Amino acid sequence: MLTSLTSVQEGKEGLRYSGSMGIRDAFGQFLLEEAAANPKLVVLDGDLSSSTRTILFGRKYPDRFFNMGVAEQDMIGTAAGLAMAGMTPLVSSFTIFLIGKPWEQIRQSVCYMNLNVKLVSSHAGITVGPDGGSHQCIEDIALMRVLPNMKVIVPADGVEARSVFRAAVNHHGPVYIRGARAKFPIVMAPDYQFQLGIAPLLRAGDDATIIACGLMVTKALEAAFSLAREGISVRVINMSSLKPLDEDAIVQAAGETGALVTAEEHSIFGGLGSAVAQVLGQHCPVPLEIVAIQDKFGTSGEPDELLVHYGLTEKEIAAKVKQVISRKR
Amino acid sequence: MEGEKRNLGFAVRSMVRKKIDIQWLEQKAKEIRKDILIMLNKAGSGHTGGSLSACELVTAIFFAKLRHHPADPSWEDRDRFVLSKGHAAPLLYATLAHAGYFDRKELSTLRRLGSRLQGHTEYNLALGVESSAGSLGHGLSIGNGMALALKLNKRKSRVYVLVSDGDVQEGQLWEAAITSSHRRLDNICLIIDNNDIQLDGHIREIRSTIYPLVEKFQAFGWQALEIDGHDFKQILDALNSAEAIKGKPTAIVAKTIKGKGVSIFEGQVKYHGIAPSDEELALALKELGD
Repeated sequence: MLTSLTSVQEGKEGLRYSGSMGIRDAFGQFLLEEAAANPKLVVLDGDLSSSTRTILFGRKYPDRFFNMGVAEQDMIGTAAGLAMAGMTPLVSSFTIFLIGKPWEQIRQSVCYMNLNVKLVSSHAGITVGPDGGSHQCIEDIALMRVLPNMKVIVPADGVEARSVFRAAVNHHGPVYIRGARAKFPIVMAPDYQFQLGIAPLLRAGDDATIIACGLMVTKALEAAFSLAREGISVRVINMSSLKPLDEDAIVQAAGETGALVTAEEHSIFGGLGSAVAQVLGQHCPVPLEIVAIQDKFGTSGEPDELLVHYGLTEKEIAAKVKQVISRKR
Repeated sequence: MEGEKRNLGFAVRSMVRKKIDIQWLEQKAKEIRKDILIMLNKAGSGHTGGSLSACELVTAIFFAKLRHHPADPSWEDRDRFVLSKGHAAPLLYATLAHAGYFDRKELSTLRRLGSRLQGHTEYNLALGVESSAGSLGHGLSIGNGMALALKLNKRKSRVYVLVSDGDVQEGQLWEAAITSSHRRLDNICLIIDNNDIQLDGHIREIRSTIYPLVEKFQAFGWQALEIDGHDFKQILDALNSAEAIKGKPTAIVAKTIKGKGVSIFEGQVKYHGIAPSDEELALALKELGD
């Protein structure tokens, strides 16, 4: 049932993972590998380099590392100027400070000029945990999807992230990559290669489809596993490429399974659920349920507590799958 | 080939310098003023006051200072001119046309659907437009990024950034001012077109404590100079001083008159964002002479 694109295995007791890897750890590692081969690569960070892991690059390549301090608007503009002079800047900070504070600089100075700037965030979503609502950015996918020229990618784990960073650097133009504080269980197979606009199918199924991104891919696989025990066959798609969106995979899933559930660690407005609803509404209307954070801010707590508090669990997804199947004509 | 190209660049500059005297620059500024007014009138909208106030500044930079090749606009060793006050787009377009980047006839397409000459500047190296602008406050950060990359790649090129009184009111500009001095970007020259008027009125009524500017920039670790922004001798001296100093960026606070050159526009708040009517254009062209 599980495809070769995932490294997850099904046991009698439940799913087995090969380990866990933080997206930010994968980023730190990628920078070191890429820097040697790519002299155009420069890195900017907003005084959070030990958290975002860019410090590893900064120590080894101090000439190509710019700690811009607590000045995110200037950091984005500086990255734009570096790109205009032929460099490939990767800009890193916490999601809310990288995407929220300098949104207008990203619009005017990066996207409007279609510059080769990569935004790599850390600490997206509620799994930031105890730091609380101010730091839990759940609006970033919406804010980046709306910008022309911008590509938006939400890796499911560190393994996928590694491949995403490579694809982002090979793509000429602005790219936003969403990362998190927490280590995510590894779901993608080691030889999997990310491609913009292609959503990997992780599990085959006929009764309904779960389309998930980020941490929620794991939850989707867990939900599908428990539903299989009840005789419900569920397809699982990892929609890491939010923009461009793999519309074909969505339309095909709608046609073949007739009911969809989306799952994301993001606001219900403007994220994965909205994107999928737009495709379904235009091309292939079938029932859809959206698992996301309702119109609320985050709050302090441990990541696992918060996921339960906001309903981002495998149980919630499984309940929505049953609900959406019951709505099929 | 690369060496040949670079030599040609310096040759162009020195040739320009020898030939150009202040009278020539004054005449050029007058021609550019006229083109600005004609294109704004044709477009029926746009920013008259702030395009005219910076006319001498931009003329001096392009015709007496900038190392560039209009025939090879992406030449890597060129100096960069970043217009941060994007509403002065007509000034930049007229100057670029006079510098030979494109035919002056194209100026009449300003603000039209399909035109390369957008209402506020749009990044287009073929035209010589080094950056998009229109939202104030962005230019110095972009210039800093260029300056950092140029230093990283051991290029001698300089970056000129022209900002308005409005840019100076944006927080981003002061973030960027810290970057320029902290990174010792002596290849950055910031020019402030200090015409003392913004859309809604005089600076003293709206944002009086942006002054004193020279002392602010000095406190931010810059070399800062105040000049008469319509006096070519003072402009050229200040630009030379910026080029001479090592380890520090330079800010030139250019005192200017909004709407400079046309008596009915000079010092008038209302001509910030209004194009000249047919009657006003006729009067202005008469005043500017042949």
